[in-house]
Amino acid sequence: MIDETTRRLDEGALRALVPRVLAGLVRRGEDFNAAEDALQEALLEALRVWPEHPPRDPRAWLATVATRRLVDARRSETARDRREEASYAEVRPGATEEGDDALFLLFCCCHPALAPASQVALALRAVGGLTTREIADAFYVPEATMAQRISRAKRTLQGRRLDQPGDLAVVLRVLYLVYTVGHAGRVDLAGEAIRLARQLTLATEEPEARGLLALMLLNHARLPARLDSECRIVTLDRQDRGLWDTCEIAEGVRVLESALAEQTEERPPGRYEVEAAIAALHDDAASAEETHWPQVLAWYDDLVALTDDPVRQDPGAVLGRAVAVGHVLGADAGLRETDRLSEVFGERHRWHAVRGHLHELGGDLPAAASAYADAARRATSVAERDHLVRQAARARATEHV
Amino acid sequence: MPKYLLLKHYRGGPEPHHPFPPMDQWAPEDVEAHMAFLKHVSELLEENGEYIDAQALTPARTWVRYGGSEADPVTSDGPLPETSDLVAGWYMIDVDSHERALELAAYVSSEPGPGGEPLYEWIDVREVMSEAPSDD
Repeated sequence: MIDETTRRLDEGALRALVPRVLAGLVRRGEDFNAAEDALQEALLEALRVWPEHPPRDPRAWLATVATRRLVDARRSETARDRREEASYAEVRPGATEEGDDALFLLFCCCHPALAPASQVALALRAVGGLTTREIADAFYVPEATMAQRISRAKRTLQGRRLDQPGDLAVVLRVLYLVYTVGHAGRVDLAGEAIRLARQLTLATEEPEARGLLALMLLNHARLPARLDSECRIVTLDRQDRGLWDTCEIAEGVRVLESALAEQTEERPPGRYEVEAAIAALHDDAASAEETHWPQVLAWYDDLVALTDDPVRQDPGAVLGRAVAVGHVLGADAGLRETDRLSEVFGERHRWHAVRGHLHELGGDLPAAASAYADAARRATSVAERDHLVRQAARARATEHV
Repeated sequence: MPKYLLLKHYRGGPEPHHPFPPMDQWAPEDVEAHMAFLKHVSELLEENGEYIDAQALTPARTWVRYGGSEADPVTSDGPLPETSDLVAGWYMIDVDSHERALELAAYVSSEPGPGGEPLYEWIDVREVMSEAPSDD
């Protein structure tokens, strides 16, 4: 009998091996698509067999089973595929260090020819070591749909060179996407994104990779306080800060400091570093009242300076800055900042929610209530809609007291 | 066992039993009671083994149709966008009988409104066609 803890431990260790084994196969000259399929099959078999018969060398076991699958697949292939086999023996150039496995594969999965949803799914399978079933569960779609999405993505990659240095910015964006979609569901995608980002920071010196890791850690640290026992949203200013994960905050701050230490005249901090700095300021305040808003505003100034036309290119940053302006210069100044966004953001619930917050900050409760109600009508998640309806009802009730 | 959709509407349907203001104008405790009741309905359905799915829809609607070859799709707000029927969400349930579906719909409709009084909201009950031909 193998108890649950051992089983879970095995799965974690197993998943960590996936990118290393896959990178090994691809470097040996195997086709990325075929190798990824073969390894997925080996992974499913391992999940079935290992609890009863743990292998002595798990990595070698996976590589052997995946290779056997590849050989089987090749044997049953037609002439069309035999032509592709010609390139089989060619070892592709690319990173050769073992530590670069995750990075190498992330670049494969985050190919710019793929749609973001496909990049995410493929990265979770090839680098995260998740099964198609687990990824489907995480995104609340049927397994067949996710399998189709993944195989379509892989068809897109077929025949493309995967040995080019990829665009790190795309990889970072994909990881952040994995993080932001990953707060619900059976599989902890947010934790997965953090794990992948940590691997990435070992493989590249780029400070933005560390900025992203820091941003995720500093936000993730507040997760335990974000919902109450009834699963209701608790906004930052009302969270029980005692529930925040101080270890994650400490790690986030350390990682951020090491990234910021590399800034120079020519290389100012990138957007993830700046966003992490803002998150760190919130995490650092013992209470909402003690938040150092002038510093938050200063970082937002840096954030909006990263794009030529922030209102159009980065409206989320302008909206975040408007909140900081409201806290530093007064609610009216903050509201004036949001006015600039009405054209691009006026139909988004967040724009109305921020205006509700600013009206409340300025003591105009009727205006706050109607802004929250406008936000609720535009909300795209039940939790947010319910939260905004509550905010509206609360503001109206306070106004009548 | 037959499956039913219990549809809630933002607007449309028969004349309301009694008018009530939008929820953001209710007292906060009434809002809480209403939300707690809906959560309770989902839990109850799950406990009974009658639950399949529950979803909410945003009120934004776009009608769209094929625009013809090499033309963009044609979109519209529809006729009378302010008053036409608009679905807000649904429960999909798997129950023993049509009567049970009506019973559950009536229970949903008893959800508390302002002052804790039942809303008497009209629920649109629709049977889902099954894949298999019927046995009888």
